Amino acid sequence: MLTTEEQAEINEELAHYPTKQAVCIDAMLIVQRHRGWVSDESIRDLADLLGMSTADLDGVATFYNLIRRKPVGRHVTLICDSVSCWIMGCERVRDHLCTRLGTTLGGSTADGRFTLLPVVCLGACDRAPAIMIDDDLHTNVDDHRIDQILGAYE
Amino acid sequence: MKERPLTRNFRPDHEAVRLTAYEAADGYQGLRKALTMQPQEVTEMVKRSNLRGRGGAGFPTAMKWSFVPMGTDAPRPKYLVCNADEMEPGTFKDRALMELDPHQLIEGMVISAYAIQAGIGYIFLRGEYHCSAQRLKVALSEAIQQGYLGRNILGSQYSFELRLHVSAGRYICGEETALLNALEGKRAHPRTKPPFPQVSGLWGKPTIVQNVETLCNIPHIVNRGPEWFRGLSRSEDGGTKLYGVSGKVNRPGLWELPLGTTMREILEEHAGGMRDGLQFRGLLPGGASTDFLVEEHLDTPMDYAQVQKAGSRLGTGTMVVLDDKTCPVGMVWNLEHFFAQESCGWCTPCWSGLAWTEKILLAMEQGTAVPQDLETLRFQTKFLAPGSTFCAFAPGAVEPLQSALKYFDGDFRRHIAEQRCPWR
Repeated sequence: MLTTEEQAEINEELAHYPTKQAVCIDAMLIVQRHRGWVSDESIRDLADLLGMSTADLDGVATFYNLIRRKPVGRHVTLICDSVSCWIMGCERVRDHLCTRLGTTLGGSTADGRFTLLPVVCLGACDRAPAIMIDDDLHTNVDDHRIDQILGAYE
Repeated sequence: MKERPLTRNFRPDHEAVRLTAYEAADGYQGLRKALTMQPQEVTEMVKRSNLRGRGGAGFPTAMKWSFVPMGTDAPRPKYLVCNADEMEPGTFKDRALMELDPHQLIEGMVISAYAIQAGIGYIFLRGEYHCSAQRLKVALSEAIQQGYLGRNILGSQYSFELRLHVSAGRYICGEETALLNALEGKRAHPRTKPPFPQVSGLWGKPTIVQNVETLCNIPHIVNRGPEWFRGLSRSEDGGTKLYGVSGKVNRPGLWELPLGTTMREILEEHAGGMRDGLQFRGLLPGGASTDFLVEEHLDTPMDYAQVQKAGSRLGTGTMVVLDDKTCPVGMVWNLEHFFAQESCGWCTPCWSGLAWTEKILLAMEQGTAVPQDLETLRFQTKFLAPGSTFCAFAPGAVEPLQSALKYFDGDFRRHIAEQRCPWR
């Protein structure tokens, strides 16, 4: 079931587009903002609301990088692996984060605190390597900086 | 000092320029002027400015607008979409424009929308740009409050509604017809052209899609005139350009310079040259989907025609520099990994060919490649060339590969002969 709050936010979007389907990506991102991910149940609820089949909506959900169809930890950590960050050492950043958090790329920590995911170019190439935790961009990161940054996310 | 219209308002503390400061710096004067002109006169002005699209393809902006049906019989609503889906690896210019001077983009959009008589606009913003989203939202509500957006703008008969749409990611959304499918809530596959979006775009209505930097130029063209705009440039194409440099240079960054500034000048004077102990080996002039250029090309002016003459594309104008301590094969592997992952899966040459290409490059890096692999890579660059695929994605993807095979042939051969990456 969608919450009243989710429903209200989706309605706000619906007012600005000529078709219901047009807001399906916004709607999934709204649900994800509240729950961290988009479950099968949410796909069914949203498909009903927007007049789409669940297969069509899941087809859209699985096309886009930022829609998560599996549960994630409290803090989603995105590691940029595109060319400028690669030149500036993103493989080392990735290895350090994996070791430090005791998980792998695509995995979550046992305590549910962090999920590690790769991401394409964050558009911070002049300050590479870059990572993003939740909505926060962190640039020019190295092992020491990463250790400091992680402490701020409980 | 040369004029820098696009970045003149940027604050040293990296906060956004708010409405009052923007207005104090002649902000929304271009819009006021445009509203006293006929829509076609605005398009004519942009035409005389020689403005070309800053998203990568370099299509003349006014020519694109001229295909939109005008007059009372034209289908409605017409749409103006800002392509703010900056996902070309190595590119970080539109982010700066949106974060630091969001009203400049909004004003550019209202004027452009007026020129084509669009009633509705969307800013299609990539999902990771949270700061841009927040600052655009603030600026949009300021603009609505002051009557620069909405019904009867500044007391005129013209109305324009502008919405921010935050995308859920995928590089292909930067392709304009794929972007339209994304806005309609579909998988972002490119569409068949024709019909072109100018005639039949969003929900079948006339639609113009323009890059952020392109739109940001519009207020200045209208306010200061096309002759002034052409005078900013060192080339035939009008205006300045946001140029960027990333990689192992002394001062990576972003600068607004006359269009046609040479690569050497950008690299040496602005980016401070290579870091100590490193030699320059090559660069991608305008993002991941442009051909490598090397030392002999450094005196090339960074404009559309000259970079093309040198064998590459201006692209987004943000260069990625390769140094001699970084493996060129590894760099190309990284690029093709990106393209293989981001292929939308619509046409077989693209999804299959790029995955194959990536696998071979990875084998080279891991020391398991065979001599025949070089031939296969060369075959892929032809198999994925323009005309063989549904859209421009795969041809762009093999641009860095085909040029790397040309300029760094010895490095590929060493990987095969030594059965390892010599840089690891």
